[in-house]
Amino acid sequence: MAPPVFVAFLNGYTPPWAGQAIQRLAAILPCPIRRIDLRFDLRPYYAPERRQHHATLLLATLLRHLPEPTGKIVGVTAEDLFIPVLTFVFGQSQLDGPAAIVSTYRLHNEFYGLPADEELLRARTVKEMVHELGHAFGLVHCRDQVCVMRASTYVEEVDLKDSSFCAACSAALRSPRSRPAAGSAGA
Amino acid sequence: MNQRKILIVDDELSVRKSLEEWFREDGFQVETAEDGEAALKKLPAGPFDIMIIDLKMPGMDGMTLQKRIREVDRDATIIILTAYASVETAVEALKQGAFDYLTKPVDPDDLSHVVRNALRQKELTEENLRLKEKVSDLSLPTPIVGESPKMQHVLDLVRTVAETDSTVVIRGESGTGKELIARAIHAQSRRRYFPIVAVNCGSIPETLLESELFGHEKGAFTGAQYRRKGKIELAHGGTLFLDEIGDISPKMQIDLLRVIETKRFTRLGGDQEVTSDFRLVCATNKDLEKLVEEKAFREDLYYRINVFTIQLPPLRERTGDILPLARHFVQKYARAMAKPPMEFSPEAEAMLLAYRWPGNVRELENAVERAMVIGKGPAIQRADLPLALDGEVADPKDLSLEALEKEHIERVLAQHDGNVTQSAQVLGIDRATLYHKIKRYGLRR
Repeated sequence: MAPPVFVAFLNGYTPPWAGQAIQRLAAILPCPIRRIDLRFDLRPYYAPERRQHHATLLLATLLRHLPEPTGKIVGVTAEDLFIPVLTFVFGQSQLDGPAAIVSTYRLHNEFYGLPADEELLRARTVKEMVHELGHAFGLVHCRDQVCVMRASTYVEEVDLKDSSFCAACSAALRSPRSRPAAGSAGA
Repeated sequence: MNQRKILIVDDELSVRKSLEEWFREDGFQVETAEDGEAALKKLPAGPFDIMIIDLKMPGMDGMTLQKRIREVDRDATIIILTAYASVETAVEALKQGAFDYLTKPVDPDDLSHVVRNALRQKELTEENLRLKEKVSDLSLPTPIVGESPKMQHVLDLVRTVAETDSTVVIRGESGTGKELIARAIHAQSRRRYFPIVAVNCGSIPETLLESELFGHEKGAFTGAQYRRKGKIELAHGGTLFLDEIGDISPKMQIDLLRVIETKRFTRLGGDQEVTSDFRLVCATNKDLEKLVEEKAFREDLYYRINVFTIQLPPLRERTGDILPLARHFVQKYARAMAKPPMEFSPEAEAMLLAYRWPGNVRELENAVERAMVIGKGPAIQRADLPLALDGEVADPKDLSLEALEKEHIERVLAQHDGNVTQSAQVLGIDRATLYHKIKRYGLRR
């Protein structure tokens, strides 16, 4: 059996659709999905001048909390994330590595001055979780218009793609040695 | 698809690591360097499709590094990254050839766009280079076979005049290869990346020739449903080759003179002047001086076009080229017919050398092609060649009337440079009948 993916909604962040998101993840990824509770002090990761949390440092911490060394972990946070060179990221992961993190901060409709839409937020979060876990499984960006591995730097681009992998990425996921060709740059 | 390579140069480890991860997820092969010296040492690991360079670094700064990189790779695609946004720095970076400029922290979408645009420009530049090479290949003239001193002199003249923009008149009997020489001039000129547009003035009726050369506006005449550019306009930037210039009508001579002098004209039915920058190369097998004397060719047009003359020798005056040409055509048609190349028997070679070739190189080419079609053995025999020496009449006893007619039409066409009007006159039939026979016998003009 494939090693599990552990999903951690960080520090008690429990959106009403968390269970549905995990079910969807289980339907897409070829491995067992297990939800874990994970709480730790976020202050060391906060950059006051940017009012954002450092995604790369958070990844390192997630890694320390990985329940099984062969598994993978994806953290979900409501905080805004950054990496030093970029203004923000929707998520961050280690290519072919065990950890990934996703922020719902910029996936909310309210961030863009629009009415709240929990269903849309769930769909966007699932897509970003699958996308970052795809990287953790060794997939790079894909040129397919609707593949979940397509790069997206705008939330509208997240909406345009599906939550599942295209045929090429699915095949590469099953046999990691034959990863598809790279697409264009994106978040 | 080859994996794209990127070099990231930044003194901040966190920036290097962030960008490295970002680009690896995007499928790039990533190299990083912490300063200018380290970056220069990484260059042999390239070539890099993109280099992202921090502007402010200890030791060698980004601007200096850019200069040093350009010394070894003039076409490097460099994106400057800086925390110190200022128009002056941006302008300076761009002046020194940077593709673009990004301010830290970078919006993911900006980074994505700049990288995408840089890659697109690089692809276009590379494609442009490939196409230029391809055009150079394609615009290379058909090899001109000619080791004889007379042809060597012609080729010297071609090289000399090709570099200039002078009008050239190529003179010579039918079938001596005037168009080939015109194309060789074009291919060696600075206009070679633009088209060479050839018009056979002798084969087009005057009324059509006007529209063919100058183009027409919609409704200029019955059937002119759309605006159409003429050959002169299509030759813009390149070469206009007017074959059989001695055959054009007096009215067309006036119109042509005006275009040659001003490079401006109007399309038929139009009033808007069109400009075309073309180099003119003409050809004729007529005695232009005699035509001028007889007032059949305008003297002013004669002097306007007669700037540089290349006289092509008839094949009988360069017998040393006959066998090399014949072998060249054997190779050409062997490829076209997917046959092994054939040799010539000693008798066939003797025949080729003894024959006077009134239809010149074109006749030789036709004779070789025909011999390769009908020849059975590994060598072309004298009997395979449709030639008769002076005083000798081809034995027609084995030929049907139809085959005899086909051969005769073929020969007359070759002698008149494929000109249907002139050939029809010689054969004593009208043009329509000749066209019908050309089609029926599958002849080439």
